[in-house]
Amino acid sequence: MNSGWENWAISIATFLPLVGALVIAFTPRERDRLVRSLGVLITAGALIAGVVMAMGFDYGAGHGLQFEVNARWIPVIGARYHVGIDGISLPLYLLTLALSFLCAIYSYRFVPSPGRTKSFLALQLLLETGMAGTFIAFDLILFFVFWELVLVPMYFLIGIWGSANREYAAIKFFLYTLFGSVFMLLAFLGIYFRSSVNGAHTFDIVQLQQFAASGGFTKAFQLVAFVGVFLGFAIKVPMWPFHTWLPDAHTEAPTVGSVLLAGILLKMGTYGFIRVALPILPDAAREWAPWIGGLAAIAIVYAALACLAQRDLKRLIAFSSVGHMGFVMLAIATLTPIGINAAIFGMVAHGVITGMLFFCVGSIYDRYHTREIAELGGGLMQKLPYLGGVFAFVAIASLGLPGLAGFWGEVMALLSSYQPAQALNTGLFRAFMVAGGVGTILTAGYFLWMLQRVTMGTLPERWRESALPDVVTVEWVSWLPLLLAIVALGVFPRLILGVTDGAVSGLMRLFGG
Amino acid sequence: MVGAAETLSATAIGPGFARLAWVVAVLPLVSAALTLFFGKRTPGRGWIYGVAAMSAGFVLSVLVLWHFVQGGGAVGSSVTWFTIGPLHVEAGQYVDGLTAIMLIVVTAVSLAVHVYSIGYMHDDVRFTWFYVVLSVFTAAMLNVVIADNLIQLLVGWEVMGLCSYLLIGHWWEERINSNAAIKAFITTRIGDVPFMFGIFVLIAATGFHSANIQQVGELVGGPDVSRGLVSVAALLLFGGTIGKSAQFPLHVWLPDAMQGPTPVSALIHAATMVAAGVYLVGRMYSVFLHAAPEVLGFVGIIGGITMFGAALLALVQDDIKRVLAYSTVSQLAYMVTAMSVGPAGRDAAFFHLFTHAFFKALLFLGAGCVIHAVHSNNMSDMGGLWRRMPVTFWTFAFGSAALAGIPPLAGFWSKDELLVAASKGHAVVFTLMLVTALVTAFYTTRMVMLTFLGPYRGHGEPEEAPAVMTGPLVALALGTVSVGFLGAALTRGVFFKWVFFEVPEPVTFVLWVATLSILAAGLGVLAGWYVYRERPEPDPVFQLGWLSSVLVNKFYLDEVYMNGIVLPVRDRLAAAAVWFDRNVLDGMVNGTARLTKDLALGTDEFDRTVVDSAVNGVAQAAGFTGGLLRYLQSGNVQRYAAFLFVGVVVLAIVITRI
Repeated sequence: MNSGWENWAISIATFLPLVGALVIAFTPRERDRLVRSLGVLITAGALIAGVVMAMGFDYGAGHGLQFEVNARWIPVIGARYHVGIDGISLPLYLLTLALSFLCAIYSYRFVPSPGRTKSFLALQLLLETGMAGTFIAFDLILFFVFWELVLVPMYFLIGIWGSANREYAAIKFFLYTLFGSVFMLLAFLGIYFRSSVNGAHTFDIVQLQQFAASGGFTKAFQLVAFVGVFLGFAIKVPMWPFHTWLPDAHTEAPTVGSVLLAGILLKMGTYGFIRVALPILPDAAREWAPWIGGLAAIAIVYAALACLAQRDLKRLIAFSSVGHMGFVMLAIATLTPIGINAAIFGMVAHGVITGMLFFCVGSIYDRYHTREIAELGGGLMQKLPYLGGVFAFVAIASLGLPGLAGFWGEVMALLSSYQPAQALNTGLFRAFMVAGGVGTILTAGYFLWMLQRVTMGTLPERWRESALPDVVTVEWVSWLPLLLAIVALGVFPRLILGVTDGAVSGLMRLFGG
Repeated sequence: MVGAAETLSATAIGPGFARLAWVVAVLPLVSAALTLFFGKRTPGRGWIYGVAAMSAGFVLSVLVLWHFVQGGGAVGSSVTWFTIGPLHVEAGQYVDGLTAIMLIVVTAVSLAVHVYSIGYMHDDVRFTWFYVVLSVFTAAMLNVVIADNLIQLLVGWEVMGLCSYLLIGHWWEERINSNAAIKAFITTRIGDVPFMFGIFVLIAATGFHSANIQQVGELVGGPDVSRGLVSVAALLLFGGTIGKSAQFPLHVWLPDAMQGPTPVSALIHAATMVAAGVYLVGRMYSVFLHAAPEVLGFVGIIGGITMFGAALLALVQDDIKRVLAYSTVSQLAYMVTAMSVGPAGRDAAFFHLFTHAFFKALLFLGAGCVIHAVHSNNMSDMGGLWRRMPVTFWTFAFGSAALAGIPPLAGFWSKDELLVAASKGHAVVFTLMLVTALVTAFYTTRMVMLTFLGPYRGHGEPEEAPAVMTGPLVALALGTVSVGFLGAALTRGVFFKWVFFEVPEPVTFVLWVATLSILAAGLGVLAGWYVYRERPEPDPVFQLGWLSSVLVNKFYLDEVYMNGIVLPVRDRLAAAAVWFDRNVLDGMVNGTARLTKDLALGTDEFDRTVVDSAVNGVAQAAGFTGGLLRYLQSGNVQRYAAFLFVGVVVLAIVITRI
């Protein structure tokens, strides 16, 4: 085992927000300023711990677990506290800590109605622990606990701080995701009972991967178990046709809720495919991959079409997530190293870009008190040049312009589907690739059309007299890191690929793809 | 494209400044950043950075060319950019004579446009921003030119597209401008998607190891890649050319792109970006050569249709910039067509690209001076300007004569090389080029006469443009007069010693070709002069019955695209998707919820609190405004979870028995 710091780092970074949530819960309600500062400080602490870990990370050995802790937890069912970070986890883990920090900064100024700062921040912190934990858990039960932990705070964030139709959206989100989790848990239990490592069952993901690689699970079992994990993950992603909770949840959620939902929560599903479904159920993955690819291709085109028809700006961005996650899933379905790398890149890029888009939409709503494209009526760049400029920049990043973050995930996803893994039907995946290509055209179409209707043109009469503030300091502080990341990831894709590539190769070797 | 042997020998010759070609591409990036962050605080609002960067870049480009003038070979260098799975992508430069020529074209025209815009854009509210985008564009185009691999090229290619979009829509307050910007972006992207797939095919052919252009070039000639695959790759790559170089049937964006400021039209939509599609075919020429012959045949057909069709459309325009836009489409098509006749045609196409950049940029900037003076784009508001704007007129006249193919101006020499290349066994192409040359001379004459001769028909008192605008005109006019000789027999065609495919081809002056070319140009000019000498009203080109209506309606392509594709997709198909989402997919979700409720585990309470609200019946959902906490605390969820858990365990036991 490692020396002291390395033993504790990962647990500190992950559970500090949980502790912080308790601290905030016991802070007097009147000390509103203190509560908000605590939110920033705690998330900053977690982020610093994460960054220090990233600096201590051995990038040459990204395929193996680092900062690993493997301790007794619930011996009666063989569940262990097994956490660690490899090259696949690290980018998503850091994204979680960073986005949570930026959201806490944003919340320093913007707490949506009905206020209740304490609960708002405590729930955000609770959410952070759940999300971060999902990306480092290497035990299926632990994974499941973190996974479900995320549901509750997000449910309240939407249900209490959301907009008009929040109750329907919150419950739909909760029940739909829970519905998927049930099948996922079911499959986890199946995997547990079917596994045998040194004569005992195990929930340990690393051991299960090795067990699977040695052909431990029968194909028939895998095919059924895969359906279970698929439902859990696919609803979370969300894949077409399981996506209908997403536009509602996003549209109703408060700004930081949307940012974290799009930025991180959705990635839990795609991460699950890479971490659990593919390596533990490899034969089933090969069987189901064409179906997954097909759903992904449909998602790309379908979501772009749906975006064209949206009248609500936030709903439009929400639907765009379905398309972008379609690219990620298509890449995963190819079962190739390029595809998996592209998927992880796409996840991070989407987290940064779409998170930023939701920030923009939130700030637009904060000024105009409407999200209806027709009511906004254009001329945003005349009235609020900085906000309009940032929004345009991020939208262009989101349509996949090279040189910005959104490009690499999509182009490499399409490249990987030109030639998927050997067991897969090349012609079929090329058809998916063509659909994806059509999707990129439509994506450009709806984003540019959106910009034309929102940012360009002349300002409608009704907004001329109102004094709307342009981007304020708190917004700049919480946005600038994201804007910089969009450029940095676009120009230096190695920032992510350099971390993931080794780990993905290791995974693919295990997977035998 | 140069073979591997040459790449190796380059190191021996001593590459001098050629190794620094990448600096030329980085300079405008630096100026863009400086303009963005300090431009508004700089005297002159920031043009100085761009002008300085372009000047330095131009000088350096000439020094790069010097290496090839001395007979040097190609040089290349690269650094690792990223690795993804087996694919190793470098960021690098490949510099041969073609690169050097392209560097000169881009930096020269960009410099002219940077200087010219100081005057033309002087009163613009977004003056500084304009210069930022101009610099970013130049950097992107230079990156396309020096890129040694297809991924890097694609990045520059798309960034150019973005800059084009931003500059066409520079005056985004007007809907017509932002419409044109979107049209340009989407139309070119329709070509870019196949282009991207073509790159995939080539990367896959290397076994997903490399995207290097030289490696791909060698690979496609080797035994490991089937001819069918190469053909597919070539066709897909050509999609990018059709979009970017505005070839039929994707040419429709370029005339609309004239909504942008005129200096932008000169730089992006005449001299550089639109030529990138031609550059692509030439740079990837071994892919096209090793493809089935039908592929080059297809290239020729597309080029031929565009060349002649666009020239016809240029006839019926009243907007002077649209005349020039269709003329650009037609001239680019000359180059594309020439690519289809073989290596000699390829080299001639690059020569025409080189000369065309000078005289077409000149014509656009001249048109800009006129528009600046008369405050209208329409030639019906012009006339008689030659006396009021002498510098503009004379330089414009040189540019027009070059476009019409009058010797000894640049356009004559390069068109002659195109014709010579086509004369060797490509009778149809040759004839079509000749006929198009005649039409070109005619519409050019019409344009000059309507603009500068006869009585003035506009308002106010137009005046000559300031020196900062006429200076670039004079410089480009000097280029228009001189650069043609580089490819003429007079200088033994030194141009073709720098730009060649595999082996330099000797330049020959073919008398009968030149005679026919001069005849066609002369006939066109004479006919134009004859028709327009009396300024007939209405314009005879609109008196041709159905032909006029077909041409005025641009062959009805815009209508077909709008009503056949854009509106059905944007309005109907999109609405159908949303309908499906609401009624079918969400209907199933809500229906399941309702069903679950009906079958609910026997408890009425559970019914009313949890599941019911998931039903679309908003009325019921609104009924329990008492707070969300209540029903979570009420124990129902715990009970639900308990049921869930029991169910899971039972099912788990079942599943393990499978």
